[in-house]
Amino acid sequence: MEAEQNSDKSTFPLLRVKNLQTQFFTDDGVVTAVDGVSFDVAQKEVLGLVGESGCGKSVTSLSMLRLVSSPGKITGGEIFWKGRDILKLPESEMRKIRGNDIAMIFQEPMTSLDPLYTIGNQIGEALALHQKLHGKAARAKAIEALDAVGIADAAKRIDSYPHQLSGGQRQRVMIAIALSCNPDLLIADEPTTALDVTIQAKILDLLKQLRKERSMAMLLITHNMGLVAEICDRVAVMHQGKIVEMADVFSLFKNPQHPYTRDLLRSMPTLQSIPKQKLATVTWEPTDEQQEQSQLVETSPGHLVSQWVLG
Amino acid sequence: METPPPETPNPREARQEKRAERQLLTGRAAREIKAPPPSLSPAKLTWRELKKNKLAIAGAVTLILLYTIALFGQFIAPYNPTEQSPGGHQVSFHPPMKLRWRTADGALHLRPFVYGTVSRWSEDRQLTYLPDPNQLYQIQFFVQGPKYKFLGVIPSRLHLFGVDKGYVYLLGTDEQSRGYFSRLIYGAQISLTVGLIAIFISFSLGMLVGGISGYFGGRTDNLIMRFCEILMSVPDFYLLLALAAAMPVDINPALVYLLIISILSLVGWAGMARVVRGMVLSVREREYVEAAHALGVGDFTIIIRHILPSTFTYAIVAATMSVPGYILGEAGLSFLGVGIREPMASWGNMLSAAQDLNTFSTHPWVLAPAVMIFITTLAYNFLGDGLRDALDPKTRN
Repeated sequence: MEAEQNSDKSTFPLLRVKNLQTQFFTDDGVVTAVDGVSFDVAQKEVLGLVGESGCGKSVTSLSMLRLVSSPGKITGGEIFWKGRDILKLPESEMRKIRGNDIAMIFQEPMTSLDPLYTIGNQIGEALALHQKLHGKAARAKAIEALDAVGIADAAKRIDSYPHQLSGGQRQRVMIAIALSCNPDLLIADEPTTALDVTIQAKILDLLKQLRKERSMAMLLITHNMGLVAEICDRVAVMHQGKIVEMADVFSLFKNPQHPYTRDLLRSMPTLQSIPKQKLATVTWEPTDEQQEQSQLVETSPGHLVSQWVLG
Repeated sequence: METPPPETPNPREARQEKRAERQLLTGRAAREIKAPPPSLSPAKLTWRELKKNKLAIAGAVTLILLYTIALFGQFIAPYNPTEQSPGGHQVSFHPPMKLRWRTADGALHLRPFVYGTVSRWSEDRQLTYLPDPNQLYQIQFFVQGPKYKFLGVIPSRLHLFGVDKGYVYLLGTDEQSRGYFSRLIYGAQISLTVGLIAIFISFSLGMLVGGISGYFGGRTDNLIMRFCEILMSVPDFYLLLALAAAMPVDINPALVYLLIISILSLVGWAGMARVVRGMVLSVREREYVEAAHALGVGDFTIIIRHILPSTFTYAIVAATMSVPGYILGEAGLSFLGVGIREPMASWGNMLSAAQDLNTFSTHPWVLAPAVMIFITTLAYNFLGDGLRDALDPKTRN
């Protein structure tokens, strides 16, 4: 038994997603938002999930926590969390994983905090739920968590309401809440998108620092290639619900093989961009055959590319 | 067709304008930095707005007064409301007595007093009472009177006022020589609390059911809402009447009181549930609800902690506005004889004495409970209106 569990742990990465399919059943028909996505996240690894708006990144991340709400539904595949298929877990077990094992931070720090409670209260909610910490112990821990994400004067700030904080501070608080229970995986869904550029840089620094300090894996959902280059170990590029290319960050930037990835990288403005010249746009569109028949193939060790293009 | 030439702004003028604008802007910004607006808590902000509304304040003061009187009712009322002809004075349908400071011959008294009355049959065979200057009853304060329990706990005989001999009926008496003033106050204890407790129960129920319905959606929602609609499609008052009529006749008054409350709440929650459900539908899509989900917070906790509080503002206003309906509901039931029963007093069953046209044309003071209901209803409506405006950020300056 013991041996079996050990072998389980050694063969399974922290998170393994296999052929995940999430569909939305609308009145106008079925929309497949995530279409057979597979990837692994190893311990302490930072995986970036990039792609344009509406490509299914966010739905993928919500699927990890089984938070896709009606009319959406996970219709196929498996998600193994430390070897357990969480799609088969009862809701009560799933709740223990949310926040405790896998935490999530959202795109909109302005609206992700409940305006009716102080931030201390909201960190305390997570602590009470998963660590059974109440009262003074919870407060001390909450101050510690706020300190860790760089909120100045945390002991005072803990009694602030969300509306008294700036966007950057709120995102820090969101991160503090997410990290308060020491999760093994942090899903960050566009953590910097809603912030202005200087604050983006600071939040980015914070995420980098936190990943150094804690043994925590991260799934970073973004459309910002710059962010990917800064902190990710590996990148998966998504397009129309499918992963079209996945590789470690260096080979992806150096040697993008899928035309969509190439378009994506080319469309990024750089310092070398010629003033007043239009930025390159993504032009690649899959044909129906490509959309249906493509398959990920390993072109070099660790570098997976959607097959049809090469064939 | 002559078109006016397009206004080409003089570049120098434009520049000056821009500078002025900038100065204005920076000036304003500077002033703002100097004196930042004090950030008030929502409660304080609401209070500040409410204070401006004179009618609402009048309503609130009236209600506080009424409830205080009801709370200390046993102490304030000089007589036992159910005792017929207290002190052996048989004075059926005695008119209200005038509180006097001056005797008929002009002597000033330091203590208010009332004149006793002599009864006589009028030509149209009505018993009438005429003040008799020879019977002068001085009002005594803090006198011993009928026994009661203060706030339902401390046994006492102390009353706010009374007379040593004779009788004092400030609002007259009813057919059984029971003082209207005392009965009105005891009636207030029932009529005022029925509405408040019933609204509390029905709104808690309505919010909870509405919350569950809106949050879970789908089949649960459908089932609950259709049930609410069935309940709402039955005319309120007939449902109340049917339920009250089904109540056993010979049960103790306290139980009747509780039953009336539960009947009222049973009828009232559906409307609240529907509105709350609608609000929950929008609140549950907020990101902080999703964030709470992602933290592993349970459904029920999310409803109670993160969703329903957003509907409180509405609920407070709606509740304040609906209390009169419940008070009227109780009054209606009692008026028809299926609510609070004699000899207990409630404003509704006191009013049933006014059913008889003959009675209320010759003894207009039997309408006193109607005046009280009117005042209370109006006070609640004024307060509700004021609260709605005060809680609505759009009406704030």
